[in-house]
Amino acid sequence: MTDAREDVLAGIRRSLGVRGDERTRRTIVEDRLATAPAGVVPQRGQGSGEERVRVFVAQAERALASVTRVADHAGVPAAVAAYLRDANLPAELRMGEDPRLAGMPWGETALATRTGASDGSDLNAVSHAFGGVAETGTLVLVSGADNPSTLNFLPDNHIVVIDAAEIVGDYEAMWDVLRERLGRGVMPRTVNYVTGPSRSGDIEQTILLGAHGPRRLHIVVVGEAG
Amino acid sequence: MSVHPTSPKFKDNARRALGDAQLQRALGNVKKGFIEKRAAAAAALPEFEDLRDSARDIKDHTLEHLDLYLERYEEKVKASGGHVHFARDAGEARRIILDICKAQGAKTIAKGKSMIAEEIGINAYLEAAGMVPVETDLGEYIIQLRHEMPSHIIAPAVHLNASQVESDFRRVHTHLDTDRDLSEPVQLLTEARAVLRERFLAADVGITGANFLVAETGTSIIVTNEGNGDLSQILPRTHIVLASIEKVVPTLEDASQLLRVLARSATGQDLSVYTTFSTGPRRPEDVDGPDEYHVVILDNGRSAMLGTSFQEMLRCIRCGACMNHCPVYHAVGGHAYGWVYPGPMGAVLTPALIGVDKGGHLPNASTFCGRCESVCPVRIPLPKLMRHWREREFEHHLTPATMRSGLKFWAFFARRPSLYRLATRLGMGALALAGRRSGRFASLPFAGGWTKHRDFPAPQGGTFQQLWKRERAGKRDRS
Ligand code: SF4
Repeated sequence: MTDAREDVLAGIRRSLGVRGDERTRRTIVEDRLATAPAGVVPQRGQGSGEERVRVFVAQAERALASVTRVADHAGVPAAVAAYLRDANLPAELRMGEDPRLAGMPWGETALATRTGASDGSDLNAVSHAFGGVAETGTLVLVSGADNPSTLNFLPDNHIVVIDAAEIVGDYEAMWDVLRERLGRGVMPRTVNYVTGPSRSGDIEQTILLGAHGPRRLHIVVVGEAG
Repeated sequence: MSVHPTSPKFKDNARRALGDAQLQRALGNVKKGFIEKRAAAAAALPEFEDLRDSARDIKDHTLEHLDLYLERYEEKVKASGGHVHFARDAGEARRIILDICKAQGAKTIAKGKSMIAEEIGINAYLEAAGMVPVETDLGEYIIQLRHEMPSHIIAPAVHLNASQVESDFRRVHTHLDTDRDLSEPVQLLTEARAVLRERFLAADVGITGANFLVAETGTSIIVTNEGNGDLSQILPRTHIVLASIEKVVPTLEDASQLLRVLARSATGQDLSVYTTFSTGPRRPEDVDGPDEYHVVILDNGRSAMLGTSFQEMLRCIRCGACMNHCPVYHAVGGHAYGWVYPGPMGAVLTPALIGVDKGGHLPNASTFCGRCESVCPVRIPLPKLMRHWREREFEHHLTPATMRSGLKFWAFFARRPSLYRLATRLGMGALALAGRRSGRFASLPFAGGWTKHRDFPAPQGGTFQQLWKRERAGKRDRS
């Protein structure tokens, strides 16, 4: 039996009428991968500074997330505690090892915090976003011990801290940031774009929140726009 | 191909569907929600039409260089510690997946929504091997309980009403209090969430589909609103991605262009809730995520579509807009199409994948009203491709004699004005492209829309117009 891989590739080449080693085709592909042209980028997220943050907040709220803003990292624990209290949720919180979260004064609140991945028994979790995209009010979270991916999905209530300065206009700008930090062609195990809380429309096309992931998504935007 | 197609019986299927009051009520939800939401999302983004052009061009470019992008994709997956398996056909894909599951000693398998999984019939195969595949998308879970196929590519249970779901849950979730209140959809959702949460945590292997594969980085992308696809891949020890060859795109930028049109066309969202980019297995510094990452890349007839007029169909990003806007789909639902892919995209894709002998007359299930093409985010000329199938069918003399003119198909509806009236009464308003005065043939919506705008490859025995007139005259005489 011939190799499936070879067969599939040969079948594609036969249909396209190519051999696979044509110089021009290879150059076209290499160029595209190297330059990654952006295509059509919507104006919506292109405002600068505070305008961009405003669009991010408006879009996130449209996707049914709630948003608060605080002046600095020191203000985050109190804002999180207030959010949980107002929503009648228990004063407990799971988080990863993100040094930005670890540096916040959680001790000044009554919140009981735990660290590490979630096993599915946590009601609330807080993550620090890698960044955000104004265009659609999207949070960008990357996997790792700092912010385990399970926290994005297992808890009922997910709180995400994001620095206003790390909100970019569009997805393309976010890929630029990632490439700058990690190198070209390299990705973390998981990048999660999160736009609002979990939902399903599978029963009679009626949107209900909290299908498998969090029922509530609360965003704490920290500081001023970059 | 393992799922037994009933596509050759479209006519019988359609007749049954038109007379099914439950189904007709459920189908009302398709028109109500999807069309308006898509229109609003498209209108809210000034660049939407330009993005559709961009999306089409990206797909065309990738298909022209598919061999090279697949090679690069494979290379990058391997570099990130993952495995790539090519599969020529459904059987090969099934065996690859079973082998991976066996090597893991898998018992429970969590499944994210995947049309390719439906196409290869993986669930039955794993079950036969003593494993328990659990669908985790709410809609897929519901139809799994009912042993049905999805009736829509993004809303698999759109043919059902809440009361039907309630009785299925009562039938299957026997460990729960029989007196529990399930009268509200949210109660059904909450119950499914709790039941499925346990299955996620118990799963040894997670299988997801892929909306896109990125050659630049070796990344697979899934979009969901529920988060089930993510739980299916971060909790089990092994993540298997099941994708077909045409899912690959060059770069993250290209994927972003396509994502901008996908959710808007599908559900009218700007972006689905969860868009997840997965690259290889968990890294040394990770505290969660799968230890193994496999990608199964399926051909199953697609490479043969390249270089033909059906190459354009491979641009499809499975948004569902074509069926959401299709008057025939509105009338008969997805199951009538008899295989995995319903609606206009199914009418073009199915004959290519299961053979023109079995799926070749699905392209007749069209009014040629052109709405599918007008909303398709990657601008696939669906009506034209359906006509191509019809031409091929004639060439191959595969059309059953009674169907050869194509008119007989519509005559089937025409002879059953009561079915028409029933369907109309049940909310088939959008079907009425032409005036809806009576059940007479001359005013049939299908026929009106068809003859007004479309030509038709001339079948034997005269031009379409001649046949049409003759047929219509005949009807009048009899009515
Ligand atoms: S054919 Fe076009 S409209 Fe239909 S599912 Fe595919 S991409 Fe969407």
